[in-house]
Formats: sequence, C-alpha cells, structure tokens
Amino acid sequence: MKNLSQEETKRICDKVLSLTKADQCEVNLSGSRTGNIRYARNAVSTAGLIEDTQLAVSVAFGKKQGVATINELDDKSLERAVRRAEDLARLAPENPEFMPTPTKQQYKASETFFQKTADIDPEFRAQVAAYSIENSKKNKLVAAGFFTDTSKFTAIANSNGVFGFQRDTGVDFTVTVRTEDGRGSGWAKRSVGDAALFDAREASDVAIEKALRSVEAKALEPGRYTVVLEPAATSDILAYMFNDFDARQADEGRSFLSKKGGGNRMGEKLFDEQVNVWTDPWDKNVAVLPWDNNTMLAREHQDIIKNGKINAMNYSMYWAKKQGKRAIGAPGNIIMAGTNKSTEELIANTKKGVLVTRTWYIRMVDPQSVLLTGLTRDGTFYIENGKIKHPIKNFRFNESPVSMLNNIDELGKPEILSGDESDYQLLIPAMRVRDFNFTSLSDAV
Amino acid sequence: MERRAFLNISSLALGTMLLPAFGRAIAAEELLAPVALQFKKMLADTAMTAATQAGASYCDVRVGRYLNQFITTRDLNVENVVNTESAGVGVRVIAGGAYGFAATNDMTPDGVAAAARQAVAIAKANAKLQTEPVQLAPVKGVGEVSWATPIVKDWRTVPIKEKAELLIAANKAGMDGGASFMQSLLFQVNQQKYFASTDGSYIDQDLHRLWMPVFATAVDQKTNKFRSRQGLSAPVGMGYEYLDARPEHKIKAAGGVTTLYTGSYDLIEDARAAGKQAKQKLTAKSVEPGKYDLVLSPEHMWLTIHESVGHPTELDRVLGYEANFAGTSFATLDKWQSKKFKYGADIVNIVADKTTPGSLANVGYDDEGVKCKRWDIIKDGILVNYQATRDQAHIIGEKESHGCSYADNWSSVQFQRMPNVSLQAGKKKMTPDEMIKDVKKGIYIVGDGSFSIDQQRYNFQFGGQLFYEIKNGKIGQMLEDVAYQSNTQEFWNACAGMCDERDWRMGGSFFDGKGQPSQSSVVSHGSSTTRFNGINVINTARKIG
Repeated sequence: MKNLSQEETKRICDKVLSLTKADQCEVNLSGSRTGNIRYARNAVSTAGLIEDTQLAVSVAFGKKQGVATINELDDKSLERAVRRAEDLARLAPENPEFMPTPTKQQYKASETFFQKTADIDPEFRAQVAAYSIENSKKNKLVAAGFFTDTSKFTAIANSNGVFGFQRDTGVDFTVTVRTEDGRGSGWAKRSVGDAALFDAREASDVAIEKALRSVEAKALEPGRYTVVLEPAATSDILAYMFNDFDARQADEGRSFLSKKGGGNRMGEKLFDEQVNVWTDPWDKNVAVLPWDNNTMLAREHQDIIKNGKINAMNYSMYWAKKQGKRAIGAPGNIIMAGTNKSTEELIANTKKGVLVTRTWYIRMVDPQSVLLTGLTRDGTFYIENGKIKHPIKNFRFNESPVSMLNNIDELGKPEILSGDESDYQLLIPAMRVRDFNFTSLSDAV
Repeated sequence: MERRAFLNISSLALGTMLLPAFGRAIAAEELLAPVALQFKKMLADTAMTAATQAGASYCDVRVGRYLNQFITTRDLNVENVVNTESAGVGVRVIAGGAYGFAATNDMTPDGVAAAARQAVAIAKANAKLQTEPVQLAPVKGVGEVSWATPIVKDWRTVPIKEKAELLIAANKAGMDGGASFMQSLLFQVNQQKYFASTDGSYIDQDLHRLWMPVFATAVDQKTNKFRSRQGLSAPVGMGYEYLDARPEHKIKAAGGVTTLYTGSYDLIEDARAAGKQAKQKLTAKSVEPGKYDLVLSPEHMWLTIHESVGHPTELDRVLGYEANFAGTSFATLDKWQSKKFKYGADIVNIVADKTTPGSLANVGYDDEGVKCKRWDIIKDGILVNYQATRDQAHIIGEKESHGCSYADNWSSVQFQRMPNVSLQAGKKKMTPDEMIKDVKKGIYIVGDGSFSIDQQRYNFQFGGQLFYEIKNGKIGQMLEDVAYQSNTQEFWNACAGMCDERDWRMGGSFFDGKGQPSQSSVVSHGSSTTRFNGINVINTARKIG
C-alpha cells in the first residue's frame, strides 16, 4: 500500500465524486500496512506483511441506491467501481427507508497515529518474539504469541461536502505461556496505539508468572461464587451486551432493552449505581476515528450508562428520524469508570472467591436475558482471606452481563483492551462481582 | 467460530440502506471474465524468480481474485445489494529454514517481485529464532492444471431481480407463518485462485459457494418475550441450482415436526415454517433439567462434530501452534500413538474428505498445491489420524500431506485448516422415526444454536433451533430453554446409534475462525440423525431486572 496523504485521498475522492451524475455519492477509501509475527513451541511459526487498499462507492438516484467495492485505485478501476454502483442503483426500486447522505460534519481529529508504530519492521517483530521465547525457555516454559502492528489511512467523502481523512496505528500483542508438561498456562494481552508504550518483556513476564502459579490446579465445585474478574475477562462479555444497544431493536420488542408493552428502557436503572459507561473518540488511551464509517456521522462523547441507568442507545439515521431523535456516529470505543485500586487490592478485599484471568469462547445463549456461556482460561485461582490460595480448574459459566453489572462489589483500575471478537477499543476496570454462575468444570488447561 | 471478518466485508461503507436491483445481474459480463491465465503465470514466475534470487529455497505464489455479492433483506425491504471485488498476490517463501510471507494488491511485475523480496527478508529475520528448519513433505509438480466447482447455474448469471424477489417472498412467507420480523440473506462467493510453486505446479481453480441464512423472530409485547428460529439450509459448494427446490430433496423430520432438505433447498417453505415455529416457541414448555437421551438431526450434528472432532484433530492444535488463541487439544500424540484411544463408541466412524461433492471444503487442490483426498480420523471409535499439511506430515510418519492447507484470501498466509469432517451413516437400516421408538426420556434437537467449547475441546455446551420432548418412543411437545453440556470423550462414547445413509446430509459454516491473524474458513460436516444416551441437559431460562 502506498501510504496516501490527505491531498492524494482528496484527489481520488473528488475524482470518484466527479465521475458520477447520481443524485448523491459516498466514497470510503482506506489502505493498510499490517505486519505480524506468530510464534509457538518457542519458535517463530509464521510472519508476514500485508498491504492493501479498499475503495467503496455508494451512489443513489432519488431513493434508489447501489454499492460496489474494489481494491485498485487507477483511473480505470475508479470508473469501474462507479459504473457498477450506478448500474445497481439504476435497477433498484425505491427504498422506503432511504436516508440522504449527511451534510457537512465537524470531525475534530483524535490522536490515533504514532510514527513509532508505523516504523515497525521485521527486526522489531522478531525481537518481540525473542523476549517471550528467551524468558520462557529460561523458566522451562513454552511460549506461543502473536504480535501485529497496523498503519492505516481512512478517507471518507460525499457529494454533500463531507470529507474526512485520518491515519491511525495500532499494536496488539497476546502471549500464552505453558508449562512443558501442559499442567499450567498463563496469558497476557496488550493493545496500544503507540508502540512507545508497549513492553513485550513486561507482558511476557505476566504470562510467565501466571503459568508458573497455575500448575496443580484443584477442582472446585461449580456454583455461584464471588469473582475477581481481570479486565480481559469481561471484555467480550461487555462487548456482547453493548452490541445490543440498538434503539430500533429495543423499540420493536426484540432486545433486553425492550419495555413490556412496547418502547424501550431508556432512563431505567438496570445496573448497580457504580456502573458508568461512556464513549469518547478523543480519549487518549483508546482514541478512535472521530466519525462512524458506516454513516459518516461525527462521533461524540456520549454517556451510555450513568449511575446504573440506561442513558443512550444507538439510533440509525432512519430510526432517529422516525422517533424524533438526533442520530450521531455509533461508538468506536467503550470506556467504563473504575477506581485506582489494583487487582491485588480487589483480591485483598475478598474473603472467598475466584480470580479469573481470561474468558473464552463466549456465545449468546438467550438474547432475551443476554445469557452468555463461555469458559475461564489461562489462570484461574481460588482466593481465601484476601490471598490467592491455589490454582483451580477452569469453569464454564452461564451468566448475563446485566446480572453481572448488578452484582458489583468493587471496581479496580481500568485497562486498555481490544476484545477477542469485537471491534470496540475498550477501557474497562477489573471488577469484584457476587454470585457469578459457574455451571460445570473443564479439564482444559 | 468467527463471523466478524466476513460480515465486515458485507457492511463496508454501507452507510444507508441499499435497494434491490431489479434487473440483470450487475456487470455480470465483466465478473465472468477471468484474469488471463498467462498473466497470472507471468506474475507467479516473476515472484518465484525474485524470491529465489533473494535466497529462498522454496516459494509459492497465490494470485487471487475474489468476487462476492451480498443481498440482505429485512421484512419486505431489500436492505443491501453489494458487489465486492478484491484481487492481489500472496507470496510465501522458505529462506534459512524459516517461513516468510508478504502480500500485495499491486499486481504488476515490480509489485509482486517486491513482495517476494519482502517475504524473503521476513524469513531471514525469523530464521535466527528457528529451532528446526521447516520440513515440507514432497509434492510432485503437476504442471498446468485446472479445477472448478461443478455447478449447474452460476450465481453471477442469475438476475438480481430474481434473487431479491425470492428473499422478499421468503420474508413474506415467514411473516404469514407468524413471525413479527424476518431477515433473509444471500451470500454468493466466487474465488478465482491461482497457485504456483517452485515444485513446478501451476494450478488454476474456480470455486463457487452459496449461503442463504434466514432469521424469523416472533414478539409478544404483552409478555415482553421474543423468540427466534433460524433457517435449516446448509451453506454449500454448489451453484445457484441449490435454490431450485426439488421434491425429492425434501425429508420429513422425526414425528413430521418440520421439513428438512438434502440436495436442494426450499427457502420459502422453510421461511414459512421458521415464522410458525418462532411463534410456537413463545409458548413452548421450559425444559426440566436432567439426563436425557438426545436424538440429534444432521442440521444440528454438524456443529457438534465440527467443535468436538474437527478442531481437536487439527494437528497444529495438537502440537501447540494454536496455543495462544484457539488453544491446544486433548487428542494428544500419545493417545494416537497408543492406537487404542477410545474417542467414541465402536459404531463411531469419522472421515476427513475434501472431495465430497457439494461440500464447502471441496476443492481439487489445497493452497499448497496438494491434490485433495479422503482418509479416516476415527475408525470403530479409535483415534487413527489427524489433519496435516506439508510441514506437518513427517510428524505423524506420513510421506505426503493430507491437503489441509487453506488461506481465506490472497492476502492471508495459508495454514492448516480442517477438511470436511463427517460422521459415517449407520450400517443398520434405520429412519429417525424408528430411532425414536425406543427412547423413553429424550429430546429431539433440530438445527444449530449457541455453541461453546473449551480450549482443549473437553467441555462443551450446545443449544439448537427446535427442541421436542421424546416420551416413551413418541415425539411430544415443543420445549425451550434447552442446552446440553458434556465432555467430548464421554459424549462420543455415549453414541448409541445412527440412522442409515438415506438420512445422511451435510451442514456447515462459512465462518470457521482460526489462526492469528484470524481467518475464516468454509467447511461442511455430514451425518445422519444420531442418538446419544444419558446426556446432561440444563435449563437456560434467566430473569434480569
């Protein structure tokens, strides 16, 4: 990928816009350069560099619309994408839910680009793997990990004068360290925009320590326990729930946010009053693009849950108009308030409980109650009288994040994470939660 | 496991709702014109020359062009019609005994040569961390060959009008059946994959796949309850002829509770049933937890096979290459070496097969240029083999690869992915109704629901779409809030019978996630209706604030 400048993307967007006589046109242009290194069994298994661009063109004649995408940017390809989109639009009937493309938006830049990340090379990646592997070998452990760095540009434009350009970078690192006999396993994850804040040794050492502490796990009967959930243990659980904050779904009666008899539960207290969640594209820890790529609407700081009450839901442009609401860009990050307490302090305040490092393979069982199932993994410990007493076997849980956020005893310090299976950038605290429902034991280490 | 990547593609830049295209297929004539074979060969040769000159001992090149069309509908509106096209080149090399990979969408000789040199530079950077050099099982170059999915009707030639009307008619049927809301989608995929390697192979493949999921939701606002039922189609490696519903491809489920499908699919009929059954679920009886004999239809079984046999027998997981994300496997090498590890009951025979017609993983050659084949994974209940690629074959004492290499895009590195993994039909003649006759306390499950399994594939929990009580040999009332939990080895050893080959059919996934960076693979799993005795069923009903 040629790392296009703002001027170059503007020229391409303008060219696309000029190629069509449609009533409206939207352009989304992006390019990325993604490097990675993957290691396992204390050796590198794969590594690569992927470069690509993507152009999406959406045009409309009246209320008739069509979309085409392509990954080439020469003049012929631009024309081809426009003509394909136009062909689709001309043949389309009117969409009763059609919404015109947004008028000019104010995109206040967020700090998403860091040169140090963009400069990462194969040697840097190999060194990340080397730190994990060497320290694991010293401790007679086996490391498996994945490091990936991305440098990307995104440009959006439409025929109503909208134009946005921003570059962003990111680093994601996960490492699993296992004992040679497979009886212990530890894990750590780090996600940052600026590689200067990334320390492979620190993360690997956390995984190494957990692996060493997790051998000889004892079985604890399944049941309801007080749990200390590290931030990574709740990242996907919370992401599942926030995916359901769609106002239309709630208003139509098919969401946990639906109100009996019709409407939604905006303003109702559904969670413990310690729960405060917001989105903010400019938060320096989890900065995201200041617009929503899907709608081109500007993102805003928005309180989603305030003192346990539902404070905001996501409105599509169509549903917002129908319900007399103002549509804004959908959140790209989720931030949950915590405290300055370390996870160790949460443990110290726990009489009897379970410490969970990570949760795994989370799936929706019942959307009515947001009942999720999944398992603990890579470091599950029994806590007694404020101390970790011994490692325990992993559990399967069947629990709803709604119940979980109602049963909060204490919150810890928020940490930056990206979910395993969600697109949100997350900043969430460790939590101590009562009555977390473990339904069976797993022999997996 | 993972749907994100594919769905992201389909929603790319779709700010506002799109509309149906009532006319000819868009730019069909253009989509149908493949990239010239000689151009692809020239690019591949350029990359291989650049790689070997830079110091590679091996190089393979994949030139890919991926065409997708997505049509999504909601109730009586078509929301999106999107054509996507992506083309580029992926180059994998071995240099200094280590792998390197680079991919580019710059399809010029200079662009692919640069990618090849980049791949070699990456391999050399990694070589110093290598403990053992990569060892590839030999593959004899096949020269210039081609393979194509055997299709009758190419989706690219079917007018969008026809497709959109079919989806809207399905939604209408579902709403007439009782659904408050309907959603139906049509995913159409054409992958033009060209593979070349320094072994002397130039393989051109043209692959076609379809999937048409349906979602019916019934809402009772008085009780604030909603329930859904998804479609019972299988995603297929077939042409558009799969949607030409033929009477001979319809099967009655046990007790006649619904209609199921084999070689073709009646979308409208199934959508109508989905609407009706979603509504029925609003008043279904909540299950009493306990031990039950489960009778599982192939529309459900495919996912259980996938998670509890397909993944644990992937050799890369067994060896620890997936330890950081997807996990490892309980099916360790010592169990396989013992030749007596009872994975399942004696009647359990599970085969791997990338040649099954109509299946999603059916290709002529894998992404390492290995010709595809069929082999045993579990024979008479014993674990007898794994799934291997070229760099793994020597570990299990084999002289050739199983042909299990796959990459989901030209820009993704190829690695070990599961073939179609299927449970063989029972040898004794038995229909689902006959199977149920001697079940005293059981549950009949049709369709796949929620699914979750631990990182070594022991402990799992599965839901479903339709649950029916079986009492004293007869199908009874509809149940809800059903999920079963078990341990893989205990579960397969509780297998008490399967229906014969007349009942054998496949389900599958477009989105089997694995690897880092995560890739989505396609895979089918076949079985006939199968019985498992004494399985733990939990009640999943919960109340929230």
